[in-house]
Amino acid sequence: MIMGASQTGDDSPLVEVRDLTVTFPARSRHPAFTALNGVTFDIARGETLGLVGQSGSGKTTTGRAVLQLQKISRGSVKLHGRELTAMRADELRRMRRHMQFVLQNPYSSLHPRMTIAQTLTEPLIVHQAVTPARYRERVAELLELVSMDPAIMDRYPHEFSGGQRQRIVIARALAVNPDFVVCDEPVSALDVRTQAQIVSLLHSLQEKLKLSYLFIAHDLAIVHEVCRKVAVMYRGEIVEKGSVSQVYDNPTHPYTQMLFDSAPVLDPSLQRQRLRMPPPEPATLAAGHPDSACAFGEIHAVSSTPAWHEVAPGHGVSCRYRPA
Amino acid sequence: MSDAAIFSLAGAEPAPRRRLRPTAGRLLLGLGLVMLTILVLITLLAPLVAPFDPSATSPQSLEGSSSQHWLGTDAIGRDVLSRIIVGGRTTLFITFTAVSLALLAGLVLGLLSGYVGGWVDEVIMRILDVIFAFPVFLLAIAVVAALGPTVPNLILTIAIVYTPAMSRVVRGPVLSVKKWDHVEAARSIGMSEWRIVTRHVLPMVVSPIVVATSLTLAQTIFTVTALSFLGLGPPPPDPNWGGMLADARQFMELAPLTVVGPAAAIVFATLTFIVLANGLREVLDVGSER
Amino acid sequence: MTASDPILSVRDLTARIVSRKQIVDAVKGVSFDIARGEAVGFVGESGCGKSVTARAIMRLAPEGTRVELGGSVHFDGQELLPMSEAAMRDVRGRRIAMVFQDPMTSLNPVITVGAQIDDILRRHTGLSGRAARARTVELLDQVGIPAPAQRADDYPHQFSGGMRQRVLIAIAISCDPDLLIADEPTTALDVTVQAQILRLLLRLREERGMSLMLITHDFGVVAGMVERVNVMYGGRIVEAASVDDIFRAPTHDYTRALLAAVPRLDRHGVAP
Repeated sequence: MIMGASQTGDDSPLVEVRDLTVTFPARSRHPAFTALNGVTFDIARGETLGLVGQSGSGKTTTGRAVLQLQKISRGSVKLHGRELTAMRADELRRMRRHMQFVLQNPYSSLHPRMTIAQTLTEPLIVHQAVTPARYRERVAELLELVSMDPAIMDRYPHEFSGGQRQRIVIARALAVNPDFVVCDEPVSALDVRTQAQIVSLLHSLQEKLKLSYLFIAHDLAIVHEVCRKVAVMYRGEIVEKGSVSQVYDNPTHPYTQMLFDSAPVLDPSLQRQRLRMPPPEPATLAAGHPDSACAFGEIHAVSSTPAWHEVAPGHGVSCRYRPA
Repeated sequence: MSDAAIFSLAGAEPAPRRRLRPTAGRLLLGLGLVMLTILVLITLLAPLVAPFDPSATSPQSLEGSSSQHWLGTDAIGRDVLSRIIVGGRTTLFITFTAVSLALLAGLVLGLLSGYVGGWVDEVIMRILDVIFAFPVFLLAIAVVAALGPTVPNLILTIAIVYTPAMSRVVRGPVLSVKKWDHVEAARSIGMSEWRIVTRHVLPMVVSPIVVATSLTLAQTIFTVTALSFLGLGPPPPDPNWGGMLADARQFMELAPLTVVGPAAAIVFATLTFIVLANGLREVLDVGSER
Repeated sequence: MTASDPILSVRDLTARIVSRKQIVDAVKGVSFDIARGEAVGFVGESGCGKSVTARAIMRLAPEGTRVELGGSVHFDGQELLPMSEAAMRDVRGRRIAMVFQDPMTSLNPVITVGAQIDDILRRHTGLSGRAARARTVELLDQVGIPAPAQRADDYPHQFSGGMRQRVLIAIAISCDPDLLIADEPTTALDVTVQAQILRLLLRLREERGMSLMLITHDFGVVAGMVERVNVMYGGRIVEAASVDDIFRAPTHDYTRALLAAVPRLDRHGVAP
């Protein structure tokens, strides 16, 4: 059922991203801009990688570039061991049934003039996943999968709340049985209680369907609840990566520490104290220069090593954007 | 009422008027549809409805209204009412065909430049800008004069003249719709670009196109009759509204009905599409969010 | 619990929103006080009536709707609901100011930020020309915008989301209001920027002795910011308590559910 599984064996990661770089060329008034620089990570089968960073850090671009919805300048993305970046358009379209996308805003990611059934049928038509006679049956199955009443399938998106719409968006992503889903801030537009419901739905779907997620968020707390591994992005680069316990117990990059300092705590007196401390200022993070010694005392231009240091097995940190 | 207050935000638009709008829109649309039905029925059934042969001459020329000739007769004794009814066929045929062609071209060019973007957009829009820069009427006169005043030439000319405007009407909403998340979502499920355009982009831009088409129809009726009036219309002896006006002009004092008749027909047809466009605009909520 | 010297006293406030499509009873009898210099949090989910309550105090209705209000809103010795629209305009902005969630749509995109603030200053305080500009630069400086004299000549799109929110706060405090209503001021922002904006609001409030009505769906936002919290649900206040009490011992089931749903860093999840 899974294409290419035989070539890679079962213990290799489902998604392998290497040196992913996206540069937007210079336009009349804007200089060229490197949105992603050398992003590298793996996602194993059934695993979730959390990708955290502030807006403009390149986390959404990463998600889109992995899914080949964004033209990349350099690097490689493999799914099931197959290189996506070199694929022909029709081949890539077929490959899309293995990788799906859940967007942030459930209000705009559903076609307002299509019924829920029409929306959920689209991927089935595109990938000829089931015979037309079975469309409605499959739509009903999908709605049950995301804990919605199949009776609503002939209604329109505007009749539903944000949380319900996000369930429908998730159902659409799952229509053709993908292995890998990119979730781009899937809960940040929702109320906290709805967030918790969607998070638990994503969990149960992962268990049931053995899904792998790339979970993009701007806030460490939600990643803590969803993921076992986390990568922190800053200015288009991954600056720290490791298991959630490693990174959360021992945040090593100053930007990661800044994120922790910014997150509000649910203790009024402690939070009052924190708000009285000087604010975290990302402006203090300088890029550093490869010709001079980095924070770990290495001159990367001389040793020609990447600006990356393992602080523990599986827990790495970049020496970029930190005071030397 | 003692401690209740009623207020509204953004003072510019008082609340009661807003609430009246949909009803007013529906009334306008209904009126427009009734007018359109009358126009289309008369035009389609012209030979049956017209009391006389529009080309048959008679010795009673420039007669006033009578029980036989409701709108009198023209300089060579032809029945004015019959000529208006049958003449509408020519005028409206040219109008509909030309606007359909402009719409088709506008859809293709507008979708291409809006959806594909980049240099395709640049090239298409620059070329259309050149056409757009000329006043519609002047351009039409020049082209018809150069090609010769036949019905196909008239249709082609008017189609070309209105293509830039139709393309812009399509391109604008396409530009914004293509950035919407549901288009990206469609692409991420592996949908082909053709399917994305037809299923996700086009349906979202239908409303402004419908309204613009209706307005263009109104303008076109005017352009067609004006061209005919200047002698650049379809050749005689087939009647058309513009030509009738031109012929009757010199007898205006003798037989005012020969001028008033076709003029009223032009106003009615033009008004039909303006009313329709405004009704559609209100009902389809074009111009406001979604 | 009731403040000794309330600047704002709301009693049995009801709000019925009448739009083209439907009639909604958004606020169904809400009573609360805010004392001079006090900060009160309003926490609830979308549709609970917290934003409508705030707009009712300002007598603002959502676009395309009409709102019928009942009850009383007593502000610094005046009853706001029966007030004429002209008199209300004088209260709005000058005595009560508001900061909204979306800093993108609240600014005019084609006018420089400085000119927008100058304009408000001229209208509300009668400052003219150079004096207004000097005050504008001072305000931008107070809300932590670097190089305020230069930035005043920039357009809104040249500012980041956080900086734009600072501009809105500068506009809000430009006429020294007695009460600042902040409706989800940080919801559209990143955590690092959120922390900066919260610090700014806290500082301004203390410097100016201004009252703050902080509306949010996130208990994390109110935690260090306010003295008291009103939890809203279905157009009513279902729990009102001091901020310490509500975090330590929430009494209403809904409050407990909301608190439990907030993702936290100090509790290990069930992540695979």
